[in-house]
Formats: sequence, C-alpha cells, structure tokens
Amino acid sequence: MTVLSVSDFSVTLQNRGVIHDVSFDIDPGEFVGLIGANGAGKTTLMRAILGLLPHGGLSSLAQLPQAARAGHAAWMPQMREIAWPINVQSVVMLGRIPHLGTLQKPGADDIRQVEAALARMDLTEMRHRPATQLSGGEQARVLIARALAQDTPLLLADEPIAGLDPAHQIATMQTFAALAQQGKSLLVSLHDLGLAARHCTRLILLGNGTMVADGTPEDVLSPETLAQVFGIAAWCQHTDQGFVYQPLDVIR
Amino acid sequence: MIRLLLPLSLAVAVLFGVSLLIGPARIGLADSLRALMAGGDSPIALVMREIRLPRALLAVMIGASLGLAGAAMQGYLRNPLAEPGLIGVSGSAALGAVIAIQTGFAGGFALGLPLAALSGALLAVLLVMALAGPRGTSLTLILAGIAVSALAAALTSLVLNLSPNPFAASEIVFWMMGSLEDRSMTHVWLAAPLMGLGLALLGTLGRGLDALTLGEDAAQAMGIHVSRLRLQLVFGTACVVGAGTAVAGAIGFVGLVVPHILRPFVGAHPSRLLWASALGGAVMVLAADIATRVVLPDRDLKLGVLTALVGAPLFLHLILKLRKERL
Repeated sequence: MTVLSVSDFSVTLQNRGVIHDVSFDIDPGEFVGLIGANGAGKTTLMRAILGLLPHGGLSSLAQLPQAARAGHAAWMPQMREIAWPINVQSVVMLGRIPHLGTLQKPGADDIRQVEAALARMDLTEMRHRPATQLSGGEQARVLIARALAQDTPLLLADEPIAGLDPAHQIATMQTFAALAQQGKSLLVSLHDLGLAARHCTRLILLGNGTMVADGTPEDVLSPETLAQVFGIAAWCQHTDQGFVYQPLDVIR
Repeated sequence: MIRLLLPLSLAVAVLFGVSLLIGPARIGLADSLRALMAGGDSPIALVMREIRLPRALLAVMIGASLGLAGAAMQGYLRNPLAEPGLIGVSGSAALGAVIAIQTGFAGGFALGLPLAALSGALLAVLLVMALAGPRGTSLTLILAGIAVSALAAALTSLVLNLSPNPFAASEIVFWMMGSLEDRSMTHVWLAAPLMGLGLALLGTLGRGLDALTLGEDAAQAMGIHVSRLRLQLVFGTACVVGAGTAVAGAIGFVGLVVPHILRPFVGAHPSRLLWASALGGAVMVLAADIATRVVLPDRDLKLGVLTALVGAPLFLHLILKLRKERL
C-alpha cells in the first residue's frame, strides 16, 4: 500500500510551467530525500502535492478532504514562522490541532505525543522558553518537533536541517531514519548531499522542473548526473562507515 | 487562564455598577438600585432604566466587541499593530453617519443615523472582500482595507468641506469623536443582535488563529480552512465594529491597546487572548465612560477623545518596553 502517489504531476504558476511530468509513489518505511539546485522546484512540488497550490495530474494527498489530509501528512514549510512568543511546548502542541474536536482539550495521548516529540528533538530543557527567543536553528528544531507531534503516516519537510549545527543535523536525519524504520514515510528536501546520501533510503533529483533521477543514493548521485544537474564533481565511496559522499569542485 | 478571566469579569461587574450610579442626577445608592429593579414611572426609575442602563450596557457591548475584534485581527494578521478599524469598516460606518447628519436623514427618525452607519459598514465589507478576492492572503486584505479606509476618510472630508450648514458640520465633528451619552434602549436593541452574531463569529476563531501562529501554509496543512477563517473574521469584525460605530461613533485605540496589554498574561496564545480581550475591552470602555462623567462633568467630554488620550501614551510605553527587551 502506498502512502503517497503522484502521477503526471504538473504545476503552472503565472502561465509559466514550473513542474511537469513528475510521477512517483512513496511506500511505508521510505525516507525520500528531494534534491535539486536552487529554483529547481522542490518547494513548489511539495506545496502542490499537499494541495496548497493549483496543479495538474494526480496527488493522492491533494485529493483527500482537507481535514483528512491533516491526519495523513504533516508539513514543515521552509519559512520558519513563529508569530507570537508562545513557549516551546505549546508550539509543539499546535501539532495536535488536527486530532482535536472543536472544543476538545488536549488529552493524555496528546501530551504523550508532545513529550515524545520534545525528547526526540532535544528540546525538553527549553520547553518553557518563548520560542521566539530561541536561535534560528533551535526554532527549526521546535518546528520539526511540531510536525512530529502531528503523528501522521507521512511527513513532508522543506529544508528542515538548514541552519542546524552539525550534531543536530545528524541527529535530525537519524530521527527521520528511525521514523522510517518504524514504518512512517518521509519526503524531505535537502541541500546537504552528504547527509542525504548517508541517511535517506531513496533520492529524487529534480532539475528544470522535472524528475531527472529517482533511486537509491548510490544510483542517483552518479558523477554524470551530478555534473549535469549541479555542475559539481564529488568523491563518493562505500566505506566501513557506509556510503560516503563529499562534493569537491565546481565544473563550469 | 481562570486567574485572568476571573479578575477581569469582576472588574467588568464592579465598573458596570459604578457606571449605573454616576450621573448628573444625584440619586442615592439604595434608591437607584430599587428603582432599577422595580421599575415603574417614577423619575428615578426613568433615569436608571432609560438613561444609565443603556449607557452601561452599550459600554460593555462596545468594549467587548472592540477588544475581541482587535485580538482576532492581530491574531489573523500576526501583527500586534493591527486593529479592527484596519478593514475600513469603522471609517465607512462613520461616513454613512456623516451623510445621514448632513442630509437631515438622521433627524428624520431616531434610528436614521445608526441605520445609515450600518449601510456604510456593509458597503465597506462587500468592497473589501471584492478587492481582496476570495483566495487572497493577509496582505491583500490589509491593502484592500487601507484603500477603503482612505476612500471613506476622503469622502467624509468632502462632506464636511461642502457642508453649507455650520451646525451640521459641528454636529458631525462631535459625533465622530464617539460618545455614549443620551443613548436609549433602542440603540441597545439595534446593536445587540449584530454584536451577538459578530461575537459568535469571532469568538470561535481561536483554534484557527493558534494554528496561524506558524503561518498560513502550516495552518492549512493542519486542516484549517484559512479562506473560510478570513471570511468569518471580516464579517464578524464588520458586525461588531459596524454596530458599535453606528450607535456610539468612532472609538479608537481599544482594539489596539487591550490585546497588547493582555498578551503577556495569556502566554501569547491567540486563542486565549480572544475572550480575555473582550473582557479587557469592556473594562477599558466602562472606565473611560465613567471618567468622561467624573473628570469634567460639565463639559461633555467625548469617550473617543478619552480612549485616544489614554491609549496613545500607553501604547508608546509598550513600544518603549518592547524596544528595551529587544536590545
């Protein structure tokens, strides 16, 4: 059973075709990295898949009614917006909104989910601090925790680890990988190809608004594709520590 | 939460009582309460039931409306400087009233002025929604509101400019300052249904506004219908502000200052701020209306002037405090 099915997908914004001919399925347990150069259409693709943009073709997620969609997929936008000085655990609790009835107060299950998300993102100690006073990277972790607390089969995140320190970048990728092992699915846009290669189970490479490659990190990050899409050369090798990938030079 | 709502409710009750007991007619505490409860045709009963009761009721209703609408507007726009007048409803309601005074329609029958003001508010809401579009963002709503406000202000000035009658002009100027003096139960009954509807529309926005803390995209992905929320916000605000302006004129700063003061006490949650601000608004308008009668009892001090006089420095103080925190 697939968690997300996208076929013949296209997005046209202001009469300009931004995305065309995108088709893929995501199964339970997959941690899919969405990679591509700036302006390749990663954010547009994810927002359209969520039904936030008008689109052509099919997205199984956008077809759901809005309430069901919120129970099926959580979304962490690239714009890290926290408008009011609400404390960290309350921000994370916002992720439980889709699970609450109109006047229902958060129950034991909601609190348990929030605690788990706080612990996963290493936020337990700063839980009472206003989220707006945290650093950019800390705010990103709060927003990731918020998305985790939504507890959906599918998580879409737009550059969640940009701006995090190395330890938290790795920890976040490990958290995502662990979620995938528990049977959840993730579609995460990334710029750090090294982390993508090491932790994702599958990569989708976007170039000029369409899919250039889709497969295991080893297959997608081939020297030819890298040169063609990113214009870079890289060193990659299977080591005792797993698949290691290090970009080296710009070819152009 | 209860720790805040309880003292605020208590303050509303106390000030409501004080408002009933203050006026040019010196009536004893026991007499006035007895007359209020028992009714009858005695002059004291008439003063209590026909003059002081509507005044106090309108202060509570308008204050709660402005406070709630201010909190909702700030929550939706995610901007502490937003206020209910932003969408152009109060300016347009004032324009309707000004035209009614100028043309003599207001003098024709008791409800002429408020009905004209309500028509102005309704026109403004339709115009704003047409300009902002059904799927627009918060920015298009602000721009549409500013356009409609500017147009209403210009037309109001035009009416004053061309007014051949100096008495009408001075009446307009005084009316625009906002006051609760000499209002009757008719005004209460005119405003009550609209305000009730508006309060119901705005008071249920809490969860959506909480979700909007993380931006429109995130809120939509959490199952919040953002365009429906916006429609509810605009019509709710139009109902309460339109009705308020229609019966009492323009009363500024309440919707701006009250949510701002109360925000730290509710942990900045937009949902919790809604009803706290409604109570806070009622406290502020009741207190200001009492002050107009106590400070200069002989000089018909206008309510809108007083809220602005109190509100502006308070707001400056808050800005200075904010600046210190950010440094």
